[in-house]
Amino acid sequence: MTVSLGGYGRSPGGAVAALVPALTGIVGAANVITDPLELRTYECDGLTSHRATPALVTFPATAGQVAAVVRECAGAGVPFVARGSGTGLSGGAVPREDGVLIVLAKMRSVLEVDPVARRAVIEPGVTNLAVSQAAAPFGLFYAPDPSSQVVCSVGGNVAENSGGAHCLKHGFTVNHVLGLEIVTPSGELAWLGDGTGVPAGPLGYDLLGAFTGSEGTLGIVTKIVVKLTPAPEAVHLVLAGYATLADGGRAVSDIIAAGIVPAAIEMMDALSIEAAEAAVACGYPDDAGAVLLVELDGPAAEVEAELATVREICAAAGATEIRAADDPAQRAAIWKGRKAAFAAVGRLAPAYIVQDGVVPRTALGDVLARISALSEAAGIRVANVFHAGDGNLHPLVLYNDAVPGEAERAEEVSGAILDACIEHGGSITGEHGVGVDKSRYMPKMFTAQDLDTMQLLRCAFDPASLCNPGKVFPTPRLCGEIPGHRRAPHPAVVAGEAEIF
Amino acid sequence: MRPDPGIIAKALAAACESLRPGSAADAVGGITPSFVASPSSVAEASAVLRAAAEQGLAVIPRGSGSRLEWGAPASACDLVVDTLGLGQVIEHAVGDLVARVQAGARFGDVASVLARAGQEIALDVPATATIGGIVADALAGPRRLRYGSPRDLLIGMTLVRADGTVAHSGGKVVKNVAGYDLGKLLAGSAGTLGLIVEATFRLHPLPAARAWVTAEFPDAGALARAVAAAANSSLVASAVEVHWAAPAGPASVGVLLEGSADGVAARAGRMAGLLSPGAAAMPDDAATRAAVSPTAPSWWAGVPAPGDGTLLRVTFWVSALERVLGAIDGAARQTGIRPVVHGSAGAGLLYVTVPGPAGPAKVAQLAGIVAGAIPAGRGSVAVVAGQARERRTSEVPGAALMRSVKDRFDPRGRLSPGRTFG
Repeated sequence: MTVSLGGYGRSPGGAVAALVPALTGIVGAANVITDPLELRTYECDGLTSHRATPALVTFPATAGQVAAVVRECAGAGVPFVARGSGTGLSGGAVPREDGVLIVLAKMRSVLEVDPVARRAVIEPGVTNLAVSQAAAPFGLFYAPDPSSQVVCSVGGNVAENSGGAHCLKHGFTVNHVLGLEIVTPSGELAWLGDGTGVPAGPLGYDLLGAFTGSEGTLGIVTKIVVKLTPAPEAVHLVLAGYATLADGGRAVSDIIAAGIVPAAIEMMDALSIEAAEAAVACGYPDDAGAVLLVELDGPAAEVEAELATVREICAAAGATEIRAADDPAQRAAIWKGRKAAFAAVGRLAPAYIVQDGVVPRTALGDVLARISALSEAAGIRVANVFHAGDGNLHPLVLYNDAVPGEAERAEEVSGAILDACIEHGGSITGEHGVGVDKSRYMPKMFTAQDLDTMQLLRCAFDPASLCNPGKVFPTPRLCGEIPGHRRAPHPAVVAGEAEIF
Repeated sequence: MRPDPGIIAKALAAACESLRPGSAADAVGGITPSFVASPSSVAEASAVLRAAAEQGLAVIPRGSGSRLEWGAPASACDLVVDTLGLGQVIEHAVGDLVARVQAGARFGDVASVLARAGQEIALDVPATATIGGIVADALAGPRRLRYGSPRDLLIGMTLVRADGTVAHSGGKVVKNVAGYDLGKLLAGSAGTLGLIVEATFRLHPLPAARAWVTAEFPDAGALARAVAAAANSSLVASAVEVHWAAPAGPASVGVLLEGSADGVAARAGRMAGLLSPGAAAMPDDAATRAAVSPTAPSWWAGVPAPGDGTLLRVTFWVSALERVLGAIDGAARQTGIRPVVHGSAGAGLLYVTVPGPAGPAKVAQLAGIVAGAIPAGRGSVAVVAGQARERRTSEVPGAALMRSVKDRFDPRGRLSPGRTFG
C-alpha cells in the first residue's frame, strides 16, 4: 500500500523557490537540489509505503550552516525535515512537499574520542558502527546496536531513541547520549547536556532526555556526545532449538527468573527460520518450531557461570539441540540467520509489513497465540522474529499486493496485532518510532490529555510547528499564546533574533 | 488582590479530604504555607491542583520533605501538597522486572516488597526518601556509574499538571518509544513542572554477592589514575567512589563489584591487583596494597544527607579529574576551608562539603577556582545546599529552552516558585 502525500515533477513552489538564493548562499549551489528527478531519491526512508517528494534538498556541512538553513526556513514559514541515512522504519524522515529536506550526510566526522572519560564527540551523520570502530583501539565500544548499524546514523538513532538486540542489558540510545548540540526550530544553536550525565547548575531540566526519541520534531542534532562502554571481557552465544515457541518461551522465563540479564535474547519462529535458512544457509536446527538465541557478556568469571546455568535451563525447557559459541566468527555465523531474517522473510512474499509492537514479556505467549489466530482467520501469513527478553515483537505480515484485497487484509492483521499489544499493557512501538506510520494509533495508547501534555513540550521548542510537522501526533495542533506574564524577555527577543509567538 | 482565605479553604476542602492549616514545621524557605493537602488518590491530587489553580495558589509538592531546602529558595508557598497519602506499590510484575509505584511510597518500603522476589530499583538512596522525591530531585548514589539516575530506570510516569490535568507517558514495558518521554522531563524538575503521582521502573535482580575493593593514595594524580583504571575496566564496576579530606588527608578509592559469589571473588582479586603497586596504571610507590572486603568502607556514602554545612556538586569528564582534585586542593589552601570531598568520581561527579559557617564569599571563591579547572561546557560547579545557595540557571546550557518549557507547563509560575525559571 502506497500512501502518496502528493504528486511529483514540480519545481519548488512559491515559498521554497524564494529560499533558493539564500540557501545557495549558505551551502553552495552544489549542495542544493531542486531537480525533480534527483529529489525523488529522497521521497521516502526505510519505510517505502509513505512517500513525498521534497521541494528542495540541502546538504549542510557544518552546524552553522544547519542553523542558517533553519533560520531561513523559519523566517519564511517553510517546514523542514532532517534526514540521516534514511533507514528509519516508521516514515519519520518522510519529507514535506512544501518544505526543505536537510540531509546530514556530509556531517560525518568523529571529532574526538576521550578514552579516559569514556566519551566520543561525533557529528550526526556518523554511522552507528563507526563509533564503535573509533572506540575499539581503546578497548571501548558504543553499546546501542540497531540492526542497521552499518549504515544508520547516530543522529537518526538520537531522533528515534534506537535500541537494538543488546538493549535488554545495555540500554537504549537515551542511556548512552550525554550531550547534544542542536539547532532549535527557530535556528539557534543550543547545547542540551554537557556530557557528564548530570544536569548543570543547581537545577536544570533533562531536555537531553526529552529530546532523545522525539523523532526530529524538536530540533536538529548537530553534535553528539556519546558514552562509551568498556568492551566485554567475554561473550558467549547460546543457540537452542525447540519444537514450539511455547517451549522456547519457557526457557526465556526461567533465565529471567534465575536473575540473569543476558545481553540479548532473540527468538524466531518456524517460518522465519525456514526463510533465513533459504537465504543465508545459517544451519539452524532442522525442523525447529522455534530458535532461541541467548547472548551473555561481561567479566569472564561471571559469564562462565551464567553460561552453565543458561545451558541447563535451555535443556530443561526441552531444547532439541543446544550450541554455544564464544569466538567472534562462530557467533557471527549464528547471528547471521537472525540478522538476515527480515530480508529473508521478504523473499517469501511479494510484500510485507514489519510491525514493532511491545508486550510485557510474560504476555508473549498469549499475544503470539493471538497473532497466530489472526493470521489464520485472515489467510495472511505472519512470520515472527522478536526480542524475547523485552517483549518487543517484530511480526512480518506477508501479502501479495497483486492479489486484490490482500494488502488491506494484511493492514488489518497488522493493526489488530498492535491492538493486542495495547490490550496487554504494551506499546505500539519498541524501537522503530511512531513517525507517520503509527501516529493514528497514538490515541489508542494515550488519552487526549496525555497527547495534549506532550504538545506542551513541542510548543516549547517549536511554537510555529515547522520542524518535521505531521509526525508522531495524529492531529496537527496550534500552540497558542502562553497565558500569564513573563518575568524576563527571552534572550533571543532581546537580541532581536526572535519574536514571541 | 488575594481571594478570601475562607473561600480558598472551602475550595481546597472540597477537592481533598485531608486538608489542614500549615504550621511552622511545614515551612519551605522560611515561608509557612497556609494549607497542607494530602491527597490519597490521583483523582484527589488532580482536584486539589485544579482548585489551587483556580485560586491562584503557589504550590510546593512534598514527599518526605528532606531536600526541600536544596536548590534555590522558594519565593512563595500557599499550599504544600504532601504525597505521603499516595504510598502504594500498585503493581510488581516479577516476571517482567517492572514495578509501578505511587509517588509517596518510601524507598525502603518499596525495596522490601521488591526484595521478596529478589529484585530492586538500582538506586542508592535513603530508605525514607519517597519515590516522587527521588525522581523529582534525580537522586542517585554510587551505582549511578552502572545504572545511571532515576531517568535511566523510569519507564512510565503519571503526573498532574499545574492546572490539574492528569497525564501519562511511557508505560509498563521496558522498551517503548511511543510519544515524548515526559518522565525524563519531570525527572530532576524539583516540583517545578508538575506533581509526580506514579512512576514505573525497570528493576534489576538483586546481586547474589558484593565486594568492595579499597585503596589509599598519597596524591590527587595517583587517585585520578586509579579511578580511571577502575571505571574503564572490563571487570564492570558498579561504583567507583572516592573520599578525600582535602587538602592534607588521605585519598581513598572504593570500587563496588556485584554479581555471583564466585564471579565477584575473582573480579575483586583482579581489581585489587589493578589498584595496587606494580599495576600498569600505578607507579610502584603510589599506593598501598588494595584491600577486598564484603562490606563497604566506613566513608562509603549514598546521596549526601542534608546537613549544616554547604554542599557543592562538581561534575566533569573523568579525564579532568586530576585537574579538578588539584583545584580543590589549591582552593582549600587559599581559602582556609577544609572541605570533605566524596562522590562518584568514576562517573564524573563529586560532592564537596564545606563544614560550618564558611561564609558565602569564601564558598564562591572555592567554587570559582574549581570551575576554572573544568573545560568549558564539560561540567559545572553548583552550590546545591546550605549557605550561598544560588540560582545561576541563566548559565545552564539550554536555559532559554528550559524557560520556555517551564512557561508552557506552568504559565503562571505557581509550581515551586523561586526554585527555577521564574
